[in-house]
Amino acid sequence: MTSATINPTRMELTRLKGRLKTATRGHKLLKDKRDELMKQFLEIVRRNRQLRKRVEEGLEQANGAFTVASAVMSPEMLEQALLYPKQSVELDMTYRNVMSVDVPVYHFKTKNEDSTEIYPYGFAQTSGELDTALESLSAVFQDMLQLAEVEKTMQLLAQDIEKTRRRVNALEYVMIPDLEKNIKYISMKLDENERGNTTRLMKVKEMELVEAHDFKEA
Amino acid sequence: MYKIAVMGDRDSVLGFRALGLDVVFVEDTETARHELHRLAGSDYAIIYVTEQLSLALDDEIKKYKDAVTPAIILIPGKGGSMGLGEASLHSAVERAVGADIS
Repeated sequence: MTSATINPTRMELTRLKGRLKTATRGHKLLKDKRDELMKQFLEIVRRNRQLRKRVEEGLEQANGAFTVASAVMSPEMLEQALLYPKQSVELDMTYRNVMSVDVPVYHFKTKNEDSTEIYPYGFAQTSGELDTALESLSAVFQDMLQLAEVEKTMQLLAQDIEKTRRRVNALEYVMIPDLEKNIKYISMKLDENERGNTTRLMKVKEMELVEAHDFKEA
Repeated sequence: MYKIAVMGDRDSVLGFRALGLDVVFVEDTETARHELHRLAGSDYAIIYVTEQLSLALDDEIKKYKDAVTPAIILIPGKGGSMGLGEASLHSAVERAVGADIS
């Protein structure tokens, strides 16, 4: 792209002008894309922050109850109680398109129809704290799932914004100024040639006149 | 059809088994790394990892950040939140904006 390597011809000028037009248009489009992505991104970040807070609080509660439960029950009993889960989850994933970034949307299905059916043990040999722990876990699980969706979306958007931002900057600060500089260089050179040509013609004409009529200009 | 896994030390993640999630107990870094790659390679769409464990798996987790699956999400373990989840949020913002604005 350095001016040393370009030919100052009309064809080259036309070509560069075309490229500049495309670059300017691309720059505008990418800038719009970046702005819109950023808007969506900040919204996602806000949601992520809320969800994370809720999830962390919920899990803290569940962990507290779980610690109590494991203190009351022997580790073997605890292990046995949770050995064979009654519930199982399946996850279906579709994609949502946010400004041409595919982000996942999770649909979650429990195998057992009754989603409150989470206690895989008899109540006789387990402590009530375990029930509490599982209950709070299942309560926070919906939020955890949403958190996963939002967080992944956030990461993917961040990646794409970074990419778009780089492109915008490359166009704005490298491509477009370079093209403009080269266009200027070529048109100056062409104008210079034109002027050179004009003077040469004037000079030749004068010489011809002198030769033909012995004519002297005043 | 995708699955969900939870990785961490026994006390932090045992309860998730009752919800029907696949629970993976890991104690040392080497197996953790191995397990994470195994889970990511099969059809797990979400992998929850405790913050304690994530400290050792930082590089591995970063690898999957730009992939659509799996989503690796940090959750606080039994020791409570260490603020790492919040930190990952900050790093995403920083990456997008170019500066930490929050």
